[in-house]
Parts: sequence; structure tokens; C-alpha cells
Amino acid sequence: MIIEILISACLVISGVFGLVGSFGLIKLPDPMMRLHAPTKATTLGVGGALVASMLYMHFVNGTFSFHELMITLFLFLTAPVTGNFLAKTHLHLNRKASDLPPTATDRPWATYESDEMRERIEAAEDASAD
Amino acid sequence: MIEYALLFAFTCYGLALLMNIYRIIQSPGPGDRILALDTLVVNAIALLALFGILEGTTVYFEASMIIAMTGFISTVSFTRFLLRGDIIE
Repeated sequence: MIIEILISACLVISGVFGLVGSFGLIKLPDPMMRLHAPTKATTLGVGGALVASMLYMHFVNGTFSFHELMITLFLFLTAPVTGNFLAKTHLHLNRKASDLPPTATDRPWATYESDEMRERIEAAEDASAD
Repeated sequence: MIEYALLFAFTCYGLALLMNIYRIIQSPGPGDRILALDTLVVNAIALLALFGILEGTTVYFEASMIIAMTGFISTVSFTRFLLRGDIIE
């Protein structure tokens, strides 16, 4: 009975978070805000569904499998990486370098640093380190 | 009780998939389209996990693992193409 309540709670929480994540993708006004909803809420939602599946397989079917944990781990590892890449794409496409605040170092924002500039700066840093 | 919770979760993820498809069709820019595709992949994994509970088998987990990997790789290559104009340099 307790297990049943636990599995049902996991399923309901997962469904609500998945719905909220996808609704935020439509509702939120700014591209940077829209990045928040799917990368956080949906990841938690799919984690809830996989935990519910693991509990169900263990306590109702009697078979234990590590696959759900592997998928959850993989999703939790890749969600920040895709979020970072999408934020960089947004900066690259929609913002000019002059719109951004200063970086407080002598290097520009990494998205706007050209290959030649990076090579020059890194060569200068190597020369000063020697 | 699990059946009703499962039905609720299926409904939620179905609506979420519809919203993602709407965002893919009508989107303010390419970044949002890629984000919607990434969310679509994650929601598909959740749907597969729920379907595994419904059927009571663990057969679908290999499929969802492969979907997770292809989804990640495709998102990274889309963004990489927009950022650098090239995927493998």
C-alpha cells in the first residue's frame, strides 16, 4: 500500500513537472527565460517517471534493473551541457558584443572571441608564464 | 491507484508533446526550435518509461537509452552548426 502510494506520487509529480516544463516553453516571453523551463522542470519530470518505473519493477514485478538509474544519470549529466550550448547559440544569434556587460578581465566573452584572438592571447599568456 | 496515476502522467506527457510540436512549428527563432526538439526527446523518454510500467516489461529501457544518446548528440550538433557553421572541425 505504501509502495503503491509512493509510485503514484512519483508518477503524478513527474507528469505535473513535465507539463509545466513544456508549458513554460510556450508561455515565457524571453528566449533566455524559455531556456529555464525545459532544462530544469522537464529533467526533474523524466527523473520522477524513471524512479517510479524502477520502484514498480522492483516491488511489483520483482525484477531489479539499473537501466533507469543509467538513463537518469545520463539525462542529468547532459541537460546542463545542452542548456549551456543553447544559451551560447542565443547569445551568438541575438545579442551583439556591445549589449553584454564587461567581463572584468582583458579577454572578451568566449562566444565572441575569434580563433586568431584566442591564439594571440594564449600565446601571450604562455610567454608570460615561462 | 497506480493505474489512475499512470493515466494522469500519460495525459500530461501527451499534452507536453503537443505543446512541443506547436513550438517546433511556430517558433520565434532557430534556438527555440532546437530547445523544443530537445524537450521533445526528453518527453519521449518519459513516455517510454511510463509505457514500460504499463506493459510491465523492461524491454523499452534500451530504446530510451538510445533515444537519450541520439537526442543529446543531435542537439549538440544543431547548436554547434549554428555557432561555428561546421559540426566536426
